Amino acid sequence: MNNHERPHPIHTRFFTRGTIVLTVLAALGALAYVYRLIAGLQATTNLNDQYPWGIWIAIDVATGVALAAGGFTTAALADIFHKERYHVIVRPALLTAMLGYTFVVIGLLADLGRYYNVWHPMLPSMWQGDSVLFEVGICVMIYLTVLYIEFLPIVAERFKGQVNLPGPLRHLNGLIESFLSVADRTLGRFISVFIIAGVVLSCLHQSSLGTLMLIAPTKIHPLWYTSISPLLFLLSAIAVGFPMVIFESLLASKSFKLKPETPVLSSLARYVPVLLGVYLAIKLVDLTNRDAWPYLWEGSVQSVMWMIEIGGGIVLPIILLLQEKVRRSVTGLLTAATLVIVLGVALNRINVFLVAYTPLYPTGPYFPSVFEIMVTVGLISALVLVYRFLVMHLPIIAGEKVPTYTLPIEVRRTPSNLEQVQ
Amino acid sequence: MAINRRDFFKLAAAGTTTLAVGSAAADDIPPTDCSEYYGVLVDTVVCIGCRKCELACDQEHTKSGRRPESFDDKSVFDRHRRPDKDAFTVLNRFEDPDNPSKKYTMKVQCMHCNEPACVSACIVGALRKTSTGPVVYDAWKCIGCRYCMVACPFQIPAYEYDNALDPRVRKCTFCFERITEDHELPACVAICPNEALTFGTRQQLLDIAHYRIKSNPGVYVDHVYGETEAGGTSWLYLAPVDFKHTELPVLKADVIPSLTETIQHGIFKSFLPPIALYGLLGLVMHATRERDAAPSDAEVPHE
Ligand code: SF4
Ligand code: SF4
Ligand code: SF4
Repeated sequence: MNNHERPHPIHTRFFTRGTIVLTVLAALGALAYVYRLIAGLQATTNLNDQYPWGIWIAIDVATGVALAAGGFTTAALADIFHKERYHVIVRPALLTAMLGYTFVVIGLLADLGRYYNVWHPMLPSMWQGDSVLFEVGICVMIYLTVLYIEFLPIVAERFKGQVNLPGPLRHLNGLIESFLSVADRTLGRFISVFIIAGVVLSCLHQSSLGTLMLIAPTKIHPLWYTSISPLLFLLSAIAVGFPMVIFESLLASKSFKLKPETPVLSSLARYVPVLLGVYLAIKLVDLTNRDAWPYLWEGSVQSVMWMIEIGGGIVLPIILLLQEKVRRSVTGLLTAATLVIVLGVALNRINVFLVAYTPLYPTGPYFPSVFEIMVTVGLISALVLVYRFLVMHLPIIAGEKVPTYTLPIEVRRTPSNLEQVQ
Repeated sequence: MAINRRDFFKLAAAGTTTLAVGSAAADDIPPTDCSEYYGVLVDTVVCIGCRKCELACDQEHTKSGRRPESFDDKSVFDRHRRPDKDAFTVLNRFEDPDNPSKKYTMKVQCMHCNEPACVSACIVGALRKTSTGPVVYDAWKCIGCRYCMVACPFQIPAYEYDNALDPRVRKCTFCFERITEDHELPACVAICPNEALTFGTRQQLLDIAHYRIKSNPGVYVDHVYGETEAGGTSWLYLAPVDFKHTELPVLKADVIPSLTETIQHGIFKSFLPPIALYGLLGLVMHATRERDAAPSDAEVPHE
C-alpha cells in the first residue's frame, strides 16, 4: 500500500459555488427549524388529524435511515467478510452512516410534538415492548452510539499527540489527549465487537421500519400492505447500501478533484443487481401470493406510483448494472444506476409512509408546507456540508489528486489558477 | 392497576431479521376476559340527536368555551364532523338508504377497544388500557410522535397541533375518574334524556343489545357493532340499518395490532434471533480473517 491510499484529510477550499448554495439552503432550513420549535406544528406544517405523519417522517426519518445503510453493508463486506479491497470505502460509508443517523434524529425532533421528551423511551419505566416504534427508537439510539464509537479511532488517528486548543480551552488539552489515546489503544482490540453489533442493530431497525405501518391495515394500500414488509425493508436497505456508497464516493472525488475509485466501485456494483434481483423477486412472489396484482390496474395514484417505484427504481437499474460498460464508467455508475436506485428506494419509503396511507375520513390530500420542505432541504444540505468539512479535516478518504499538467506560464499568473495547479 | 396481559418486554440489544417471523406464530398469551370491562351501549334508534352528550362532554373535559346554547344548533348535522381536540365526541346524522326520509343520529367517540392499537403503538406507554376497560392517556409521558393516530382503526385520537409547547393527544377518556373513583356515570351517559346510552359491563350490554334486537323485530339490524370488530370494543352500537351506511368503519374481527406484535415479539423471542445473528457474523468474521490476512494485499491489484 503506498501512502496515497491511506485515508488523509483533503486539502481544498471549503467554499465553492455549490457549497455556498448549500450553506444558504441550510441556513434557511435552520431558521424554519427554529421557527417550528417555537411556533408549533400548526403554524409550520400541513399535518392534521387525518394525516398525522408527513415528509419529516417519510423522508427525513424513513428515507434517511435507508440511505444510511451503506454503513452497515460496507462494514459487513469489508470487516466481517474480509473483502480487503473494499477497505477504502469503509470510512466514507461509516461517516455517512454516522451523519445520516445524526440528521435522522435532528429531523425526528422537528416532528415530535413534545420533542423535549425524546429521552423518555430510554427510561425503563416507560419501555413499551409491544411498540414497533419503541424497537426502532432504541435500536437507532444504540446504533448511533456504536457508530460514534467506531468513528473515534479515526479522530484519534488524526489528533492524538497534537491536541492543542487555544485560549481558555487549553485546560482541556490534557483531558482530551488522554481520552484519545485510551480510545486508540483499547478500541482497536474491541472494535470487531462493535462492528458486528452495528450490523445486527441495523438489521433489526431497518426491518422494523417496515413493520411500522402494518399497524394500520385499513389505511395502507394493499400494494404495500404485506406481512413481509419488514423483510422487504431490510432487503431494500441492503440493496441501496452499496449504490449510496458508490454515489457518494464518485461525488466526493468529483468535488475534491480526486481520482475516482472506479475499479473498486465497479466491482462493488456487481453485487447490486443480485441484491436488487432478490428484492424484486420476493416482492413479486409476495404480490402473487396475496393476489394483489389486480390493484395494479386500478389506475389510482397508488398503482401508478407502485409501477414507477418498481420499473424505475428496480428493473431499470438491474438492466443497467448488468452491463459491464455501465459498471465501468463513472457516468454510468453515477447517474444511470446508483442515482436511480437511491431515488427508487427513497420513493419506496415515501410510498409506504405517505402515498399508501389513506385516512378513513379524508378532508383533502396532504401536501407538505413550505416550512416542511425548507427543513427537509436544509437538513440534507447541512449533512453534505458537515460531510465535506469532516472529510477536509479527518483521514476519511483515500485518494490521489487528479494529476494536473503544468499550465503555460501566462495562465498561471492569476491566483485562482495558481490554486488549481498547486 | 393497569392490565398487563402480555409479557413485559424483555429488552434485547440484538435481534435478527424478520426471517424469524415465520416461526413466531402467536405469542403464548392467554386470551383476556373482556366481559367485565366497563362499556356503553349506544342505541341509535333511541337517540334523538339532542347533542346533550356533546355538551356534557365539553363541560366535563374540553371546556372549549362554547356557549351551552350553541349545542342546540341542529344545523351541524348538515356536514360531517369528526371528534377533534375540542370535542371528544360528536353526533353525525345518517339516513336509511331504503327510506331517505328516515334519519338517525350516531354519537362517535373513542371505542375503548379490547385490544387497542393506539396502546400497542405508543412508544412510551402514554396510552394505557386500564383493568376496568377505559383507555387513558398520560400527557406527561407522551413524546408527541402521533403513532397512536396512525394506528387507531377508528381514527379517533386528535392532536393539539396549535399548541406549540405542550400539545396533547385528545380523545374520550370514558370519564375514567368519574366512573372509577366517584362511581358516577360518564358525563354523556348521565345527561342523556332518552336513555340512548346505557352504562354497564360489556357482558351486560351485549345481553341487553341482543335482547333488544330479538324483542323488537324489524327495528334493528341483527348486528351489535363492537362485539367483534377489531377484536371487540367497550363501546357497542345498535342501529336500524346496516352499519356500512353509518359513521363506523367496516372492520373484521382481527385484532388490529396482532400482526405487528407477532413480528415484533418474534424478532425478540427470548433474545435468540439477535444472538444467533451476532454469533453467525462473529463466526464468519473469524473464518474469513485467517484466509485473507496475509495474501490480500498482494492479490488485490492496487494501481
Ligand atoms: S378507538 Fe382508537 S383511540 Fe380508542 S382505544 Fe381504540 S384504538 Fe385507541
Ligand atoms: S403521540 Fe404520545 S400517546 Fe401517541 S403514540 Fe406517541 S407518545 Fe404515545
Ligand atoms: S365518556 Fe366522558 S369523555 Fe367520553 S364521550 Fe362521554 S363524556 Fe366525553
